[in-house]
Amino acid sequence: MKAEEVKTLERKRKPKKTQEDFEDHPMAEWLRMDRIPHIWCSTCGIGTAVTCFVEAVKAAKIPREDITVVSGIGCSGRIAGYIKLDSFHTTHGRAVPFAVGLKLANPRLKVVVFSGDGDLISIGGNHFIHTARRNLDITVICINNFIYAMTGGQLAPTTPPTAVATTAPYGSYEHPFNLPLLAASCGATYVARWTALHVRRLTTSINEALQKKGFSFVEIICPCTTLYARKNRLGSGLDLMRFYHDNSVIAHGADVRDVDIEFQSEIKVGKFLDIEKPSYLDKYNEYLKQKLGDKFKPYGVNT
Amino acid sequence: MKADPEGVLTGVHYLDGDKACAEGGIAAGCRFFAGYPITPSTEVAERVAERFPMVGGIFIQMEDELASMAAILGGAWSGKKTMTVTSGPGFSLMMENIGLGAMLETPCVVVNVQRGGPSTGLPTLPGQADMMQARWGSHGDYEIIALSPNSPQECFDLTIQAFNFSEKYRVPVMFMMDECVGHMTEKVVIPPAEEIEIYPRRLTKKKPGEYLPFEYGKDLVPDMAHAGDGYFFHVTGLTHDERGYPDMSWQTQEKCVHRLLDKINKNADDIYILEEENMDNAEIVVVSYGITSRVALRGIQLAEEAGIKNIGRIRLITIWPFPEKRIRELSSKIKAFVVPEMNYGQMVLEVERCAVNRCKTILVPHAGGTVHKPELIYEAIKEATK
Repeated sequence: MKAEEVKTLERKRKPKKTQEDFEDHPMAEWLRMDRIPHIWCSTCGIGTAVTCFVEAVKAAKIPREDITVVSGIGCSGRIAGYIKLDSFHTTHGRAVPFAVGLKLANPRLKVVVFSGDGDLISIGGNHFIHTARRNLDITVICINNFIYAMTGGQLAPTTPPTAVATTAPYGSYEHPFNLPLLAASCGATYVARWTALHVRRLTTSINEALQKKGFSFVEIICPCTTLYARKNRLGSGLDLMRFYHDNSVIAHGADVRDVDIEFQSEIKVGKFLDIEKPSYLDKYNEYLKQKLGDKFKPYGVNT
Repeated sequence: MKADPEGVLTGVHYLDGDKACAEGGIAAGCRFFAGYPITPSTEVAERVAERFPMVGGIFIQMEDELASMAAILGGAWSGKKTMTVTSGPGFSLMMENIGLGAMLETPCVVVNVQRGGPSTGLPTLPGQADMMQARWGSHGDYEIIALSPNSPQECFDLTIQAFNFSEKYRVPVMFMMDECVGHMTEKVVIPPAEEIEIYPRRLTKKKPGEYLPFEYGKDLVPDMAHAGDGYFFHVTGLTHDERGYPDMSWQTQEKCVHRLLDKINKNADDIYILEEENMDNAEIVVVSYGITSRVALRGIQLAEEAGIKNIGRIRLITIWPFPEKRIRELSSKIKAFVVPEMNYGQMVLEVERCAVNRCKTILVPHAGGTVHKPELIYEAIKEATK
């Protein structure tokens, strides 16, 4: 291309949109509009997940100042930066323990960890299992796109066998994690999985998770066309949504041992677990009251 | 403001440094503690676990030190004064989130009861070899504050000071103990609450909508808001502007990083705590800290008995920021600095840097595991006179 032609192209490029162009956006009240447009690729599912989350917060009628969002690092880690709530963008893998600090220091808060599969389950895996074990009262929403997207498409602990990633150029030969099984077996009280196509059901699940006392977990299977789909020749964003449509099987109450995800296989979705169990702070207060009697000062009861 | 009497065990006690440190934290108003067991620091956590249920605090033993450090940052942001405690290997694991603490300007106290290193080293025996790590351990440019006590009484007093500095300058403060000070039992006097001065959290007085998380005033320290106060603020470990929003430009990087350094360095005169003795006609000055400062006393005594005169003594209580001004000033007046420390040369590098070629700097190294033989310090003083 000649230099002159490049100049012509530049001239034709649309002017950058300003904040005013987005003012009447239905999500404007809930997003930091001064940071829009966001960095996510077109056809990425994270935006859909954020919309579902906001709808769930509205439906749950939780006062806005009572909700805090914590993210780690990665594409999904950027959620905290766009959502207009008290929000923390922390270090890679440490969103969960940061959230534990926020929750325990002010139990009135509804603390939501919104992050990706690599962040939560690989580098942050230890925190995930222990926080579930304690049944600490936070909600973890995991965007699972089967790949490390922010760094350019590397193997994740969720990459289905044979799927290609930049660090698995011949396809993955590892056993991936089954996230609902992991969460449930470690002690979570609420476990659900949906794809980014199931917006209505996903919203309901996030709403339920937010209202659940204890460690609640929602996995969202999310399209990544820039990396996962491109590397694996799965087509466009629309193709991925069509795949979810044709291959998702709603299986409420399914045995979590049976919900593995193979490469381009059927995806079992639904609410897999919803049980009652005392939370970390419930146990703390109940047990120490019993042990220490009047000497004990109950924690976080009236805050 | 004054300390909350509920947490203050006023009276005369017989405590080890670890327990005194825990009491100092509680007296300072710490009500959230996240930690992971590691010798020789565990007694701090044990004391807190025992005491917190009675004073309305919450203790949690985390799954590792990475989690402990992340949790005390989270805890600080939702309104509590927070601390954690560890030793060498755990300190290494905390480093990334110490950087996050510096970047988010989060007040908190990190206690390191130092043992011999590197790696697993000498779990039950003393060392002072994490002094540089305390300052430089996390990646990137930042400043922290570090204090070093040399007695259980100071473990109490200076832990309160550490909290006060962390609140005043919104910075993680490293409390650099060593195994000897941590496990040494001595008299500790805990004063009445009304005699304990507490620096309260710098909460913003601005209304939501007007508040910017990193807008700063004259002292370069921004005021804070807590999660749940209705400010809907955002903070990130990414390079950020005054709104707390990420901005990947070199201009914002310069502004963001420069202030993190300046807010400590420009206020350094307020942060220095030094103990000096016999400095008027000093020709040789022994610079030490922590348990080594007590061994140095005997070394100086031996030198004086041998007829060496004019030996001054400086004890670094504030380690970081390093008291450059004072060391520089002394270096043109004296013959030599003698620096005994339980490592192979860390704070001595700072002394040497400030002294440049104006006077000699003699290191008295020790790999740790026990304290120096006082004779070694005496020998170094003797050499300094030459």
